[in-house]
Amino acid sequence: MAYGDDAVTLSRDEIDALQVQALRETLERARRAPAYADRLSDISPNDIRGPEDVRRLPLTGKDDLRAGMPWGFLAAPRRDVVRMHYSSGTTGLATAVFHTRGDLERWAQCVARGMLAAGVTEDDVFQNMMGYGLFTGGLGFHYAGELIGCMTIPAGSGNTERQIHLMQGFGSSVLHIIPSYALRVLHVCEGEGIDPHADLSVRVIFVGGEPHSEQLRRRIEDGFGAKVYNCYGLSEMCGPGVAMECAQQHGLHVCEDHYLAEVLDPETLEPVPPGELGELVLTTLCREAMPLLRYRTRDIVHVIEGECPCGSRHARISRIEGRSDDMLVVRGVNVYPLQVERALLDFDEVGRNYVITLDRPADLDRMTVAVELAQAGFADEMRRLNALRERICRRLRSELDLGVEVELHEPGALPVSEGKAVRVIDRRNQET
Amino acid sequence: MTAGEVLCKQVSVFLENKSGRLAEVCQTLGRAEINIRALCIADTSDFGILRLIVDQPDEAVAVLQAEGFSVGSTGVLALRIPDRPGGLGTVLGQLQEEDVNVEYMYAFFITIAGDAVVLFKVEDPMVDTTLALLERAGVKVLTAEEVYRL
Repeated sequence: MAYGDDAVTLSRDEIDALQVQALRETLERARRAPAYADRLSDISPNDIRGPEDVRRLPLTGKDDLRAGMPWGFLAAPRRDVVRMHYSSGTTGLATAVFHTRGDLERWAQCVARGMLAAGVTEDDVFQNMMGYGLFTGGLGFHYAGELIGCMTIPAGSGNTERQIHLMQGFGSSVLHIIPSYALRVLHVCEGEGIDPHADLSVRVIFVGGEPHSEQLRRRIEDGFGAKVYNCYGLSEMCGPGVAMECAQQHGLHVCEDHYLAEVLDPETLEPVPPGELGELVLTTLCREAMPLLRYRTRDIVHVIEGECPCGSRHARISRIEGRSDDMLVVRGVNVYPLQVERALLDFDEVGRNYVITLDRPADLDRMTVAVELAQAGFADEMRRLNALRERICRRLRSELDLGVEVELHEPGALPVSEGKAVRVIDRRNQET
Repeated sequence: MTAGEVLCKQVSVFLENKSGRLAEVCQTLGRAEINIRALCIADTSDFGILRLIVDQPDEAVAVLQAEGFSVGSTGVLALRIPDRPGGLGTVLGQLQEEDVNVEYMYAFFITIAGDAVVLFKVEDPMVDTTLALLERAGVKVLTAEEVYRL
């Protein structure tokens, strides 16, 4: 039986009413989390009369989540938790997110809503080419594909030849993939003499996990002969499925029955005028295990005004147009320069200065970390220097969940770590 | 001969592959009136190690460190190898028989009475073994003082 979703037909008034009720319940649930208990003592559910009263609630930042590790934001009994996801890192910067069975069901419903809006049905073969595991991209779409009734292939990321083999062999019609990886797949197809238009059956592609331009979307569409839909999410909310594009491909509909979205000036934290750029701030409305109030996503977006021709009255946001912090997204993995800085502290052989360079040879992100060889790291032999470089690579890989290249430089070659030294050089958009 | 007498202090400098850095090393040594007698460079795509035999190794390390270079000093042996076909091969064969691993080697530009002077880096724990076998094999080893004065 085909899966359906009634919430897409809600009127604006119905959405508002639903949000007020859900916000009151969320407030009550959030109080049970140790990290929120004190901060919510002055607020009563009766203070919430309209969706705009969300502004009476305190903001939550990534630093709050880190300070609350491991259990501070858990609002449900631990026995009710059935899943945990975890961001990368071992230097004290990682955060955990918990889900009850109900949370997982609602997450799948949110993603399924976006898939249905793009025309996915139970007749589709869905090849999910996102990383499974602690990263939310893979599992987030997996259960939605099964909920709709697609034959779901948990392909994961990487092993491009096999991915293409699966697409060809089983007629995959729907993909979920990081946009830069989609380009990589097209490259490999070209190299193998495969014409995606003639030899593959892909008709719908969901992309997410990293910011990308409209031009990049069109390149993927042309390459595969498919429609490409943008999907937004973050692990702190659930993962993919917070907001997804409909068939109009003009803005991402927020699942407003699950998330209350604000767009704030990142400096003043006041709402920006409608349509202007600001930081997306999200409040979970149904989350049981880990309700989050006014979570600062640090993603810069704008609200798209007017009613969408698709009929849905759920608000639309633009694609991510920037960040209000220094987080980088490399091959779909979130990276904070601070993680690199802390990992390098483990090595007496290199100095404190570093520079991260991002580029995109052959359409695949590459991250290079330049460090300075300290006197303590000096070795007369190449193999020892190469071994040192290899050790730093391994340490960074385990910290970031991402393969990086390490360059050794002479002392004094890099900008000093104090002040506003340029730590990140991003050349990726010069090449696409 | 003891290891202390014969191990020459080779000056090693870490260099990133950037134009002008080699010249800066040589100019720094020149200003300090330090003469380079032999050198070799090992490099990869992004960095290299410059190895130098100079007449005043301790001073060379000091002035290069003062200029901000990553510098080390390593003990190497200077062997007199008969300057004829097979001369070096014979010595290397003898070292190999005793499991002495030569990590790298390079030569002086000059010869002594028809012998080439070749610098060998062997693993530190193998220096005494190497010296003993060279003596048995009749290979002449220069003392460090002789090398600096070459």
